[in-house]
Amino acid sequence: MNSAVTEKIFVKGNEAVAMAALEAGCRCYFGYPITPQSDIPEYLSRELPKTGGEFLQAESEIGAINMLLGASAAGVRAMTSSSGPGISLKQEGISYMAGSELPGVIVDIMRQGPGLGGIDASQADYFQATRGGGHGGYRIIVLAPNSVQEMYDLTMQAFDLSDLYRIPAMVLADSVIGQMKESIVANPRPVVELPDKGWAVRGRQEGTEQNVVKSLKLGDGEMEKFHWMMHDRYQLLADKECRWEEYLTDDADLIVTAFGSTSRISKTAVAMAREAGMKVGLLRPITLFPFPKRAYAALSEHCKLFLDIELSTGQMVDDVRLSVARDAEVAFYGRPPGAGSLPTPEELFEQIARHYRACPAATEVTL
Amino acid sequence: MRHDVFIAGYGGQGVLLAGNLLSYAAIHEGNNVSFFPAYGVEKRGGAAMCTIVFADGDTGSPVVGSPSVALLLNPLSFEKYAGKVKQGGVCIVNSSLVDTTGVELPGIKIIPVPMNQIALEMGDVRMVNMVACGAYGEMSGALALSSLEAALKKALPERNHRLIPANVTAMAAGAAAARAKKA
Amino acid sequence: MKQVFTRPDSLKDVPTHFCPGCNHGTVHRLVGEAIDDLGLRSETIGVASVGCSVFLYGYFDIDVIEAPHGRAPAVATGAKRARPDRIVFTYQGDGDLAAIGMSEIIHSANRGEDITVIFVNNTTYGMTGGQMAPTTLPGQKTSTSPYGRDVAKDGAPFKMAELLSGLDGVAFSARVALNSPKNVLMAQKAIKTAFQYQVEKKGFSFIEALSSCPTNWGMSPLAANQRVVDEMIPYFPLGTYKNRADL
Repeated sequence: MNSAVTEKIFVKGNEAVAMAALEAGCRCYFGYPITPQSDIPEYLSRELPKTGGEFLQAESEIGAINMLLGASAAGVRAMTSSSGPGISLKQEGISYMAGSELPGVIVDIMRQGPGLGGIDASQADYFQATRGGGHGGYRIIVLAPNSVQEMYDLTMQAFDLSDLYRIPAMVLADSVIGQMKESIVANPRPVVELPDKGWAVRGRQEGTEQNVVKSLKLGDGEMEKFHWMMHDRYQLLADKECRWEEYLTDDADLIVTAFGSTSRISKTAVAMAREAGMKVGLLRPITLFPFPKRAYAALSEHCKLFLDIELSTGQMVDDVRLSVARDAEVAFYGRPPGAGSLPTPEELFEQIARHYRACPAATEVTL
Repeated sequence: MRHDVFIAGYGGQGVLLAGNLLSYAAIHEGNNVSFFPAYGVEKRGGAAMCTIVFADGDTGSPVVGSPSVALLLNPLSFEKYAGKVKQGGVCIVNSSLVDTTGVELPGIKIIPVPMNQIALEMGDVRMVNMVACGAYGEMSGALALSSLEAALKKALPERNHRLIPANVTAMAAGAAAARAKKA
Repeated sequence: MKQVFTRPDSLKDVPTHFCPGCNHGTVHRLVGEAIDDLGLRSETIGVASVGCSVFLYGYFDIDVIEAPHGRAPAVATGAKRARPDRIVFTYQGDGDLAAIGMSEIIHSANRGEDITVIFVNNTTYGMTGGQMAPTTLPGQKTSTSPYGRDVAKDGAPFKMAELLSGLDGVAFSARVALNSPKNVLMAQKAIKTAFQYQVEKKGFSFIEALSSCPTNWGMSPLAANQRVVDEMIPYFPLGTYKNRADL
């Protein structure tokens, strides 16, 4: 990247992910076509070879995630991307990567499910992403962009966080953010000090120890030790890497909370509510794992009503309920996925108004 | 200032290109832009629609429930979306395909523009989307014709740049037709 | 006195967990010798699979990645694409390679990945306790085919060396056995050729090694060895099925 980086470009969310991967120094991409994320492999199939990187269309999602495992084990930055059905297939490999303490970036442009579902936007894979997704009790880093600019910025951060903590990182968006085009600035990757990948398999050199990347742990107490070590690492993530956005929360009597595409719609609805004289704010988690619990705890000291909005029947709302103060109430408004079922700002405004009226702390407003 | 516009029609009418064009024009004028497309499974003939939001500040929601301006290019989109236009908003309709005679929508201004006919007169019915963009520029006052012209270079692939003058003429004709209906 | 027989440097000086009469130890040794002979020890990455071969990292003194069940060729593909200057091999059993991993092996071979695959065929799932494998012989009794493999119901055993030899990306495909000194010497030569082809970037190289599994076959090591001769070799003929040098 050169000095002309402040120039705005107009790109799709999916393309921004691919561009950021190149900027982050991704050397290998492995993927399999699936709507609505195919712009990512299409872009990288064209651009990655120009930088000397490897693009490979795998035989399956299972093939792709295991190629990612192999490339990451060999010490290079690598990425895969998919959507619902494909992400389900990748869970085996993600579990092995987690067990092997391997970094690697997985992009999930959520679509509807279960099963083949449909290609429209959904947020129903929140649980799958934030609970690890595969077997064995592990977590992965989950970043939830809500704009094309963030698709770019958070993809780069995913590579850095994943390398720093040796935990797979997922960029979790949906077809709204993936297919939407926005004007963005392709920022250069910030300088980040990262530890050397001394653990990577490169061929054992004379005088060095053998490197083994594995998830099998049969030694006495070895597995227990591993789990507590990872537990501490997840705690460190929670202490240092939680990211969130607050909008007009200082004096809010009701705080709307949403991530990704829904948070964009919610923000406009919150602005409408403010115009109507309601003291409403927005809290948007940017990291879904680690979940910014402390932000909820702090805000619920003064705000006693939260309204969680998701494109599902309610998943993140569980984390919100676990994070707010005991005397705070958490209401929910869900729009399970379906063609044409995206809520409009007007509809969310109505939900906000309905809950706000019932809120005891709310200042009297005429609606 | 925040502007939003909704465009809908058949696949093949150039709805998404029109959306891209308005987006590039808005960027040309220094705005932030969100362009949100949606289309049916079919490549041609299915439904195609998109929303463009542009603002000098935050664009906010890419999903717009009641747009201030709608460009409706076929009967189906007119039936489905005309009533969703915001009170005080404008509905620019392709009157070559949609009969708006006698239709009234309280609080919404209907501007019938015979887009197919104008495009045909300009030499190619495929320029129907350009006529629509010209009409939008005129009715909204949000984007100058010169910005739309500059945007063509970005929105069209290099091999089609030779068509820019014809497209500019089509946009001007669309603007003129809308201007005539304004009063 | 001249030392004529020693442990390859690529192998660690540790006892293996393999059962008496099992041929995994022999195959490990032959792979270690090939790596030593070609001077590849510092540039080789091994990919272990799931099954009796999972402890590859415990016996080989080289860098190793452990792959999920059946996925070793995909993991090897990723490692090789990331580090094309390295020598990458997988070491897989029959359940791993020819059942759950069939997609990965076929596609890696078809892409002509510059990797070497060592496939140990002992007609059963060894580690999990002797269940029916994709290479279990017709009529063979296992813990999940107590009445013998029924070809009408389960299909016939896969002949992997032949199957892969039909793919354009495959540079070398051979089946060897380890039941006699003569066959071990032939296996040694084939395994070295397979690695040599990878060094020369000729494409995908594949070795199918017929092995005995006395424990799960319920036989003594000697009887198991005899079964390789009497039942396995007639069904899975030894030989080189593809050799790009011949083309």
